[in-house]
Amino acid sequence: MSAVQKYSGNDADIRLWSFPGGIHPPERKAPANQAPIQRLALADEFIIPLRQHIGALSEVQVAVGDHVLKGDLLSAPGIEHGLPVHAPTSGEIIEIGEFPLNHPSGLSGPGIRLRSDHLDSWGERKPLADYQQHNHLEVLEHLQHMGIAGLGGAGFPTARKVASAQGIDCLIINGAECEPYIAADDRLMREHADEIVRGSLILQWLTHAKSILIAIEDNKPEAIAAMRNALAQANENTLATQASELALKVVVIPTKYPSGGERQLTQILTGKQVPANGLPADIGILMHNTGTAWAVCRAIDHGEPLLERVVTLTGEAIRRPCTAWVPLGTPVQHLLEQVDFQPEAQQRVIIGGPMMGFTLPHLQVPVIKTTNCVLAPTRKELPPAGPEMPCIRCGACADVCPASLLPQQLYWLANANDYDGLKAHHLADCIECGACAYVCPSEIPLVQYYRQAKAEMREQAIEHHKAEIARQRFEARQARLEREKQERLERHAQAAKAREEALAARKQQPQASDDGAPRTPAKPDANTDPVASAVARAKARKAEREAARAESKESPAESATEAAPPEDPKKAAVAAAIARAKARKAAKQKDEDS
Amino acid sequence: MSFFIASSPHHHLRRSTADLMRLVLIAMIPGVLAQWYFFGWGVILQLILAIGVALAAEAVCLLARNREPSSGLRDYTAVVTAALLAVSIPPLAPWWVIVIGTLFSIVIVKHLFGGVGHNIFNPAMAGYVLLLVSFPVQMTSWLPPATIAQELPGFWDSVRVLLFGFTGDGYSLEQIRRVDTGAMLDAVVMATPLDHIKTELAQGYTLSEAKSAIIFQGAAGTGWQWVNLAYLAGGLYLLKQRVITWHIPGALLGSLGLLALIGAVFAPDSLPNVDIHLLSGATMLAAFFIATDPVSAATSTRGKLVYAALIGLLIYVIRTWGGYPDAVAFAVLLANLCVPVIDQYTRPTVYGHHEERR
Ligand code: SF4
Ligand code: SF4
Repeated sequence: MSAVQKYSGNDADIRLWSFPGGIHPPERKAPANQAPIQRLALADEFIIPLRQHIGALSEVQVAVGDHVLKGDLLSAPGIEHGLPVHAPTSGEIIEIGEFPLNHPSGLSGPGIRLRSDHLDSWGERKPLADYQQHNHLEVLEHLQHMGIAGLGGAGFPTARKVASAQGIDCLIINGAECEPYIAADDRLMREHADEIVRGSLILQWLTHAKSILIAIEDNKPEAIAAMRNALAQANENTLATQASELALKVVVIPTKYPSGGERQLTQILTGKQVPANGLPADIGILMHNTGTAWAVCRAIDHGEPLLERVVTLTGEAIRRPCTAWVPLGTPVQHLLEQVDFQPEAQQRVIIGGPMMGFTLPHLQVPVIKTTNCVLAPTRKELPPAGPEMPCIRCGACADVCPASLLPQQLYWLANANDYDGLKAHHLADCIECGACAYVCPSEIPLVQYYRQAKAEMREQAIEHHKAEIARQRFEARQARLEREKQERLERHAQAAKAREEALAARKQQPQASDDGAPRTPAKPDANTDPVASAVARAKARKAEREAARAESKESPAESATEAAPPEDPKKAAVAAAIARAKARKAAKQKDEDS
Repeated sequence: MSFFIASSPHHHLRRSTADLMRLVLIAMIPGVLAQWYFFGWGVILQLILAIGVALAAEAVCLLARNREPSSGLRDYTAVVTAALLAVSIPPLAPWWVIVIGTLFSIVIVKHLFGGVGHNIFNPAMAGYVLLLVSFPVQMTSWLPPATIAQELPGFWDSVRVLLFGFTGDGYSLEQIRRVDTGAMLDAVVMATPLDHIKTELAQGYTLSEAKSAIIFQGAAGTGWQWVNLAYLAGGLYLLKQRVITWHIPGALLGSLGLLALIGAVFAPDSLPNVDIHLLSGATMLAAFFIATDPVSAATSTRGKLVYAALIGLLIYVIRTWGGYPDAVAFAVLLANLCVPVIDQYTRPTVYGHHEERR
């Protein structure tokens, strides 16, 4: 960690590295970042999805007709990994069912509908005063119960992310906010710097990190100043008592997209790369978003579950662009009504920024923990993609790729459905940042091709497993038929022999009765061997558990668009099925050998 | 209401292939003007002819391949190919030379390989080599620059020479090319500076003797050096507009210059010096306009450096030991052939995979 030195009060002593590629799209943070964060009118109805991005489904604790207070538990973390869901405001539960998800897939998922009573009255809040008096596990559990998840990127449960990270050197608080238009973190840092610092210190305490780096792009001078101020304060108060060795500083990084990507920011601050298929923790780094640090602080100090977040409402189709505190579950429709949304023909409504956001087919989806921006651009402002022209192999895409991929090569391979080639060219390391498509003079929607190819490759892997299982089944069946045939022949031969012997015996002793002939006892069916099948069952169960565990270890990607959650159980199911088939095969093999 | 669905990113730099190609054409203007000043109207006529033929051929090819012709024509790639070929051939070469060359470039080299983006070879250079091999006489009949020419044909005379081979007064191209050398009684047919050096050196003259000829009234041959400087200016404009990066021109000129320097140090009397190599022939045109053709160049940054350095090396080798005075076209085509290999070995290390590479 040569990059991290002891805090000297001077931020110039940190060396910055750079990552390859990157682009400088127009930033357009104004006008949304100009005014303080607003409070908009409370919506009449809220939709709270039970599965918020990553994490398994949680169990519903309320029934239709129940009256709940703000912060009340709606669903408990039933199975291992689920995050609990809380009431964003006080009101009545009016429906438990399927609702459209705030997700690129446009699918529906289970959720709870709550009608607000517009009183917004809090239920009981249980702060964890003096968290340092508790042990780490209790604090982590508290964070889990408060539903704290990453507010940038993939929405990974914070407690799990912290708990799984061992040997952390450096805690990075990501305030880069490199996507154009988005100003949620910018405003939060300007207005709640002290809470972010406090949350960062809690996270540092949990991870034993030796330093905290708060990274902010140099296009946010006000946020930088506010965070520096808060740090100076913290240095006077907390730091002296908490950890005298702690290096805590604001690092100003050059504005370049996508510097806020977890992997890119790691490289900027440390010069090291997160190993492929690895996590930043592998090189001693843990990264959290500024919003997450803020939420941690609220949960510990005030006992507030994660109920609201800052959302940027911007784009020229919105007449009153701003940043706003938005209770989770607020329908996007309601939000846009509050800011004078004037849709034009073929209006796009984008969740997230112009580089990585996804468009909504309709506005009946709720704001969730990762919704940092609702962007409604006019056609003039962000013209829709022009016609796709042939690739001229100009290499502009390769020049800007932050992952040092060869986007044009990936494009050829994706077009040719050459999945092996795609693997060899590391399509999996594409973070879908969109820099390549941004510069492509032929306006090829490169990222769209990659997403498609990735989906097809996932599908293919599943198909492959299925085929493998089918092949194994077929082979096993062939073997069984063969064996049965052999046995039958053997039985016939033995029976014939017996008959012959009986005949011979009868000839010798004609008085002996017919039914005295010895019969070959039927061989016991190998498949019903109780011990073997029990072993096989146990193996299958173990494999299933292991598959589930492996699933839960899936890496959180702060900036990459995460895999569709509905796929996860499916994947686990496939893995379990494979494991079962393998166990069955092993058991059979054993039988055949014996 | 339902909203428009689109895939990210929703923003685009808005610089299309057509924009890039237009900038390339704009950047060629100084070089073309210099050629016009020193060699007369021929270059303009060749340009008009080549571009017309190229557009027609492109449209027919696209129609034959069931593509929408307007979209293909709008990307200007055919125009750039035609322009590069037109400025590379002798200005008063007969009309059918450029027509054949352009047709070959567009129809065979570009479209039979699958259209824009699929061609392995630089179409303009492939066309040039075909012409050079097929019509060596016409393709080496360069005019003397205006500063030493007895008289440069005017616009209409140029048209006549192009179409019929004779000026209005009945002079043939051979006669126009004659230059009064002063020293000798007879005017001699003028060769290009590189050509001249090559012949003289082959006849046992030293470099300084060869350079004493009237055509070397500047560092690298009068006229030619200004043409090269003009293309250099256009190339710098392309760099500034970020149409190209410095890698290809830098590596090409660097390797050619370095080799010329080494040659000049070890054999100052028999090998041309750096200035001749860099400012003669088509060096600057090659460095900024031809080798930078994205389709046929290597793709990664490191690959581009290797590719361009290879072109520089080949130019030097062919100019020095090969059978042709200028070598840009051959060098570029040979390097085009190497691109797949270069691309294979210069793949950048993907993020997070540094460990595996070691
Ligand atoms: S930027 Fe577009 S046209 Fe250029 S090489 Fe990449 S994909 Fe091809
Ligand atoms: S989207 Fe993927 S390929 Fe394109 S620039 Fe980003 S990481 Fe590279």
